[in-house]
Amino acid sequence: MAILSKKDQRLILDPLADDNPITIQVLGICSALAITAQLKASIVMAVSVLFVLGIGNVVISLMRNIIPSKIRIIVQLIVVATLVIVVDQTLKAFAYELSKELSVFVGLIITNCIIMGRFEAFALGNGPYRSFLDGIGNALGYGVILIIVGFFRELLGSGTLLGVKVLGDPIEKTGLYSIGYENNGFMLLSPMALIVVGLIIWVQRSKNPALVEEN
Amino acid sequence: MAKTDGNGYTILFATIMVVVVGGVLAGLAQGLKPAIKENERFEKQQNILYAMGVNENVAGDGGVNFIPTDKVEAEYDKYIKEAYIIQNGKVTQSDEAFTVDMKKQSKLPKNERKMPLFVGERDGKQFFVVPMYGKGLWDAIWGYVALDKDLVVQGVFFDHKGETPGLGANIKERYFMDDFTGEQIMSKTQYSGITVAKGNNDPKNERKDDNKVDALAGATITGDGVSAMIKSTLKSYVPVIKDFKTKA
Repeated sequence: MAILSKKDQRLILDPLADDNPITIQVLGICSALAITAQLKASIVMAVSVLFVLGIGNVVISLMRNIIPSKIRIIVQLIVVATLVIVVDQTLKAFAYELSKELSVFVGLIITNCIIMGRFEAFALGNGPYRSFLDGIGNALGYGVILIIVGFFRELLGSGTLLGVKVLGDPIEKTGLYSIGYENNGFMLLSPMALIVVGLIIWVQRSKNPALVEEN
Repeated sequence: MAKTDGNGYTILFATIMVVVVGGVLAGLAQGLKPAIKENERFEKQQNILYAMGVNENVAGDGGVNFIPTDKVEAEYDKYIKEAYIIQNGKVTQSDEAFTVDMKKQSKLPKNERKMPLFVGERDGKQFFVVPMYGKGLWDAIWGYVALDKDLVVQGVFFDHKGETPGLGANIKERYFMDDFTGEQIMSKTQYSGITVAKGNNDPKNERKDDNKVDALAGATITGDGVSAMIKSTLKSYVPVIKDFKTKA
């Protein structure tokens, strides 16, 4: 990371841990619930948000001096919506089945509060390069949590990872299933995503007590 | 900053922004259209084959498994022998049957409607695959039903645009679709269709001649939509398929 100055490094690294958009700022929770039942969907969502937030932050930052302040939120919405349509159409053309699975959730990127939050809080006041780093950092921080949650939910809920039966076959009773292990269907339901996120928050805060809020 | 606060500037900015964004999106949509159309065609082929029982379903697994997209074109050509369009009682063989837009047709008066029929063959047996289009609770539902020459259902496939997840959306689950297999659409000699029925005293669906399958809990209107769609669509196909039988 020698190419980045200390300050720029923090833009990428902070959202990965101590300023994570999901576990610390508690943003973007609804998409974290909705699409993490499978690892594959989580990864695609993470990549899509990376694309939208990275480019969106740069676009907003480039326009920051010419955007009329009265309509800046609408301008931000248009930029996100445009990028989301680009993602949606591209998925439909090159990953059709995935796009059917993600269907409404790709559209929901528009309402992902992380994106509008970063536009408003960072890109409007900083140059395009730093905004790009900030966008990438926050999207990675969001994606990491999504992938961790997706990993556990798919592994414990379906006994698969990316569709591969890693724990053996539940019908043929091979692998772990031969000694009586059962999939926990509960993991596939949305509330379990919150519980997994909660566990991540717990682990993170117990390792770094500075993050614990005073009551 | 004063110059960006004026009303004139704001309107100008908004106008330019909308034009630029509109142009970019229109260009993108045009560029990707062929690829998207191709994907939709594969999906339709998968659905038709699925209803015919050409799929990769595994017994006991409970999931819906289509023929993979890279193989579907070849499989479709192998199994689907002929395609027809039925219009106002007249049956004509036509390759256009595949591209008929069911949504558009459903808005036309009955005697102008083009109704596609796909005739397939698997293991020496003839299948008549009928596309259907109807209305669920929130939005469109559609599907395909495969009949044999004696008007017994051999398989179905349903899909929907926006039924409630976990309730009406379950019409595309295998446990619901599998129930239709073996059902009669005739009640003795009278046409009856198939009703998605609540409390039909046959939840395991052991009686195949009662023209009823067990309903989904919490999905009354979607179920009624499926019944209505089947009933109204298949009615026009019954004489045509009977004709095929006498000719063969």
